[in-house]
Amino acid sequence: MSVLLIAEHNNKEVRPFTYNAITAASQISEDLHVLVLGHQADDVAKSLSEVPNVKKVIHVDNEIYENYIAENYTAAIIKHAESYSHIVSSANTFGKNLMPRIAALLDTSQVSDIIKVISEDTFLRPIYAGNAFATVKSNDKKKCVTIRPTSFDPADKSGGSAEITKSDPAEASSSTKFLKKEEVKSDRPELGTARIVISGGRGMQNGENFKLISDIADKLNAAIGASRAAVDAGYITNDHQVGQTGKVVVPDLYIAVGISGAIQHLAGMKESKVIVAINKDGEAPIFSVADYGLEADLFEALPQFLSELNKLNTIQK
Amino acid sequence: MKILVAVKRVIDYNVQIRVKEDGSGVVTDNVKMSTNPPDDNAIEEAVKIKEAGKAKEIVAITIGEEKAQETVRKALAVGADRGIHVKVDNVIEPLAVSKILKKIVEKENPDLVFMGKQAIDDDCNQTGQMLAALLNWPQATFASKIEVKDNALEVTREIDEGLETIEVNVPAIVTCDLRLNEPRYASLPNIMKAKKKPIEQINASDLGVDINPRIEQIKVEEPPKRKAGIKVASVEELVQKLKNEAKVI
Repeated sequence: MSVLLIAEHNNKEVRPFTYNAITAASQISEDLHVLVLGHQADDVAKSLSEVPNVKKVIHVDNEIYENYIAENYTAAIIKHAESYSHIVSSANTFGKNLMPRIAALLDTSQVSDIIKVISEDTFLRPIYAGNAFATVKSNDKKKCVTIRPTSFDPADKSGGSAEITKSDPAEASSSTKFLKKEEVKSDRPELGTARIVISGGRGMQNGENFKLISDIADKLNAAIGASRAAVDAGYITNDHQVGQTGKVVVPDLYIAVGISGAIQHLAGMKESKVIVAINKDGEAPIFSVADYGLEADLFEALPQFLSELNKLNTIQK
Repeated sequence: MKILVAVKRVIDYNVQIRVKEDGSGVVTDNVKMSTNPPDDNAIEEAVKIKEAGKAKEIVAITIGEEKAQETVRKALAVGADRGIHVKVDNVIEPLAVSKILKKIVEKENPDLVFMGKQAIDDDCNQTGQMLAALLNWPQATFASKIEVKDNALEVTREIDEGLETIEVNVPAIVTCDLRLNEPRYASLPNIMKAKKKPIEQINASDLGVDINPRIEQIKVEEPPKRKAGIKVASVEELVQKLKNEAKVI
């Protein structure tokens, strides 16, 4: 039994969730190999070879892997799939787009978005926006699994020295063309891995008012999140959305501001360690999951919050 | 162009889910059911493309028990031309769904297949990608904008880092995000007209595909409950609690 993990990276650096997926993958089998498909991504292959849990890195270098074209990735992964009992990746937009295409070609019923490895064939996964947990057993010979990254700690990044093997590319698809990527650059921590997240909802009323949130985020070194309503209304870009169809976050502290707490939003944040809700509607469902609820007008509460934070001598970053 | 749109009947997104006591699943008896929300976006987009004169026919398809037809009827009421209902008695996995859809695609020869990016019941997010693989067609998942070009689509996709734009040649599969468009409501006259539109019924067993489950559902349970929190009276108290009690700042 051995596991092939598909690395997510930007050709220079390993994307952080790959390390969380490595932890889950190594719980399935210690014989863990990582496949790096990229263009001039030698640094990525090298970084992954230093992860103690990784036994081997397979590196395929070609310009057709510069971007995540699922069709190109799939063809390369299928070439290597034969030798492995499990193919795994993280269950973010990278793995969600890619893994079912691999699974279908291997005639395997994929297990999506697992939050626990029970055994090599049995996993725990949330269904119905996390309102139920299903224990499922895969009876396929070869298993395709995606891993909810926030449910596993990131693996240690150094100390290992796995062998790096070069491999040839597969054929490229002519029917899909990458045109562009609009990436939102930010100095803040990544939403998915931040220790503190502060999110705004419809109650923010407009995009400019998110300044009240970003001021506090700066102070706490927090990432900024948003409800779907705030993204739909154009207050903030989609990469900030937390929820069933957005990102799932599990920070130490989640501060929900002007968010009512629809089931779909709770799905993305209710596993956070400490939850704060600030909302002027005392009946809002967000209070049912909050450790600390403050029933207040956010336009008064946020500036006060910032000034109270400024009074503190020290703040954990 | 001809567009096939796949729709799924699921528990309505507003319903509070209850887990069955025997751990065999969630309660679905006497629970409000609706079309999976992003499937409504898929239908809407197809209708908009047809209204723009770029598609000739829209076929809505669902796979499920007898009542799943309601979702096709709703699609017909907002602009689909005809429907297909593939009857299955049990819940089937996305791999089986994509095998059935492949058979229908081979029969109907659509240029595009649209569906929601994810069903809100099993949260699998698989079917569109699997169908694309089985047909060896390009896939454009999580679409928030679609531009129809000559024999190609330019699709903007919502990804973790922001937005990505790709071009896929037709025929292609598109899975739709909730932000793709604003689904319309069916008007009463259109609901009446939809009743006259044809829905072809097909038994899944007649399609000659293996739809047996590969995954055993061992048990379904409630997630651990959070312990009840408290309300604080002021911002000052909140900051003190976070600092001294929760110790998170």
